[in-house]
Amino acid sequence: MAGAARPGPGAASGRRSPWSLNNPRVRAAVYQAVLVAAVVLGVWYLAANTAHNLEVRKIASGFGFLDREAGFEIGESPFTEYSAADTYRKAFVVGLLNTFRVALIGVVLATLIGTLVGLARLSHNWLIAKFASGYIELIRNIPLLVQLFFWYAIISENLPGPREAANPLAGVYLSNRGIAFPVPESHPVHLWLGVALLAGIALTWLLARWARARQARTGQPFPIFSAGAALILGLPLAVFIAAGAPTALNTPRLTGFNFTGGGVLTPEFAALLAGLTLYTAAFIAEIVRAGVLAVDRGQFEAAAALGLRPRRAMHLVILPQALRVIVPPLTSQYLNLTKNSSLAVAIGYPDLVSIANTAMNQTGQAIEGIAVIMAVYLSISLSISAFMNWYNKRIALKGARR
Amino acid sequence: MSAAPPGTGWAPIVWARENLFYSVTSSLVTLLLAYIAWQVLVPFIDWAVVNAIWSAPDSKPCRAARGVGACWALITEKHRFILFGTYPYEQHWRPTLCILLLLALYVVSAMRRFWRPALAGLWLTGLAAIGVLMWGGLFGMAYVENERWGGLMLTLLLATFGIAAAFPLSILLALGRRSDMPAVRVVCIGYIELIRGVPLISLLIMASVMLPLFLPEGVSIDKLLRAQIAMILFAAAYLAEVVRGGLQAVPQGQVEAADAMGLSYWRKTMLIVLPQALRVAIPPLVNTFIGFFKDTSLVVIIGLFDLLTSIKVAIVEPAWSGFGVEAYLFASLVYFAFCYAMSQYSQNLERELARGKAHYLREN
Repeated sequence: MAGAARPGPGAASGRRSPWSLNNPRVRAAVYQAVLVAAVVLGVWYLAANTAHNLEVRKIASGFGFLDREAGFEIGESPFTEYSAADTYRKAFVVGLLNTFRVALIGVVLATLIGTLVGLARLSHNWLIAKFASGYIELIRNIPLLVQLFFWYAIISENLPGPREAANPLAGVYLSNRGIAFPVPESHPVHLWLGVALLAGIALTWLLARWARARQARTGQPFPIFSAGAALILGLPLAVFIAAGAPTALNTPRLTGFNFTGGGVLTPEFAALLAGLTLYTAAFIAEIVRAGVLAVDRGQFEAAAALGLRPRRAMHLVILPQALRVIVPPLTSQYLNLTKNSSLAVAIGYPDLVSIANTAMNQTGQAIEGIAVIMAVYLSISLSISAFMNWYNKRIALKGARR
Repeated sequence: MSAAPPGTGWAPIVWARENLFYSVTSSLVTLLLAYIAWQVLVPFIDWAVVNAIWSAPDSKPCRAARGVGACWALITEKHRFILFGTYPYEQHWRPTLCILLLLALYVVSAMRRFWRPALAGLWLTGLAAIGVLMWGGLFGMAYVENERWGGLMLTLLLATFGIAAAFPLSILLALGRRSDMPAVRVVCIGYIELIRGVPLISLLIMASVMLPLFLPEGVSIDKLLRAQIAMILFAAAYLAEVVRGGLQAVPQGQVEAADAMGLSYWRKTMLIVLPQALRVAIPPLVNTFIGFFKDTSLVVIIGLFDLLTSIKVAIVEPAWSGFGVEAYLFASLVYFAFCYAMSQYSQNLERELARGKAHYLREN
């Protein structure tokens, strides 16, 4: 092979023929060209096949179907009114809202339960630690889908009908139609409560900025935690009392074969929420445990030696270090929970995937349906990873950039 | 204050005092938890064991014991169906043999002394033998089309073939993601992030409704293979990230030493980098395998006949409907047995590998 000829004495490697395949840069360029060509050709081949198949099956491609009448009912749509006469676009929006609804509530509950269980597993009390680790091992080793079916079976098969509904608390009814519970009678003050809450959060944020700046300038600490809590809880409370504290409740009543009034968690929603929450909580518990264990014991001792009281030591020394370990895997658990909420389709909760599935079966617009699903989930996961990058940059150890 | 020195007295009492009743709060919590456990466990054991109906020709005794005892008779009655789906009844020895063969392969692969290149050959032979046994049509065995495969057998097949095919693909993807060539890197990153960003269900739905559109007219792939392809593509993206973690753990000096010896890229990768990277990555790989094994249950949504589907179908029949709790508890038990075994194995392995590493790391 001519290319393999040993270069003569004094010949630098750069003197090799620039077009020889022995030149690593040429080789790299060739490999990449081949790969790109293969990918482009593959995509083109699939696209051509698809176009041909669509033509043969007489399916019009494009998102025009979104404006057509959907013609199917959706079991629950708590945020907007929806009927079968609405468009597919509206149906997709309802599905998206349902996905967000279960995911948001699930994230909050799973974080609470997961943190509790994770700390419980670190407890000195043998029984608590064993309970926690038993829970984690059990839940993590059973597929989520099986757990969803299990909860759904418990609710729909084993709870009594509405007429014999279990009534564990006044106004709360458990039956195979779901969980009915009282909600506050709607009142104009509710809007102002929300405004007060937002104002409290905004003021706390401003106050925290000011406190940080002052502490940096003068060294004087400010009790930002209690002040913030007072603002966030106190403002809405003040508004509530100022409005005369309306406490009228809308209690569910049995009329005919089901409950009317009050709030209702459907069996599908309750099963999905229970399954997602308990499943994700087991993973979050392990993350929390690892985060706490990652903080060196010496850090507790050093903080104590500096004379920091336990609460301030926790706040200033331990938590920031533990959170650095906890937050990245935690956000990916939130993402997993959101993606797992798509299992709703198996028990009939109308989330985005389930509605897209129905729409695809009705219209044959498979590509568009899948495109909607993928676009939604990709944007969720991209926004979460953007947040992650921002957070990582914020908490990165100064000067320890690698 | 005069307290007894710690650790004196009868050992169980000492242990209980140190671990259960070391303070007032802890004693209260212990008692409360013990009370709750008693309240929950005793009725559960009564229901699941003492009053349970273990076998019955029909569901009448179960209906009579409703709410008092569990109906395991459902499982006894349908166990063949749950294990093998609709595989022809008189041929059940074939999937049985396959399950045993698969279990043997798992056990052999779990033993470190068999971790050598010949293991790959063993796997290829084993999988080929399983294919022959399941399909038949050779050596006087009747042909069984794969629409009739099902039950636990199908779950194991989906998981095993999925991992066996996804693993090599994931290594290529991980290497590609760390490549110096920008185009290769972009393609690999794009693939991995795209797949990891969407739920598995959407891939399965895509495989069942969109894949037929992708293929030229007249070519069709059956449902099982389509789902298997989707699962392979899905698993490869997740495994690739684990393998990448392993690759990052290989010290740069090893790569430079290989370069200095004049090894080509592939020789360097195969002889120096991958053996070290995969060794580090084995525990997280096993964890990903566990996740993948659990995820095979999702094929129920596109109507494949795996373990979970056959359990679901078993209680659709009116005679046995209404025993969902028992059915899904049994499903949980089967999945748990496999996943728990794998996770214990992975934890042991992690400890074992860390033991050898501890000394080496301290020196660094």
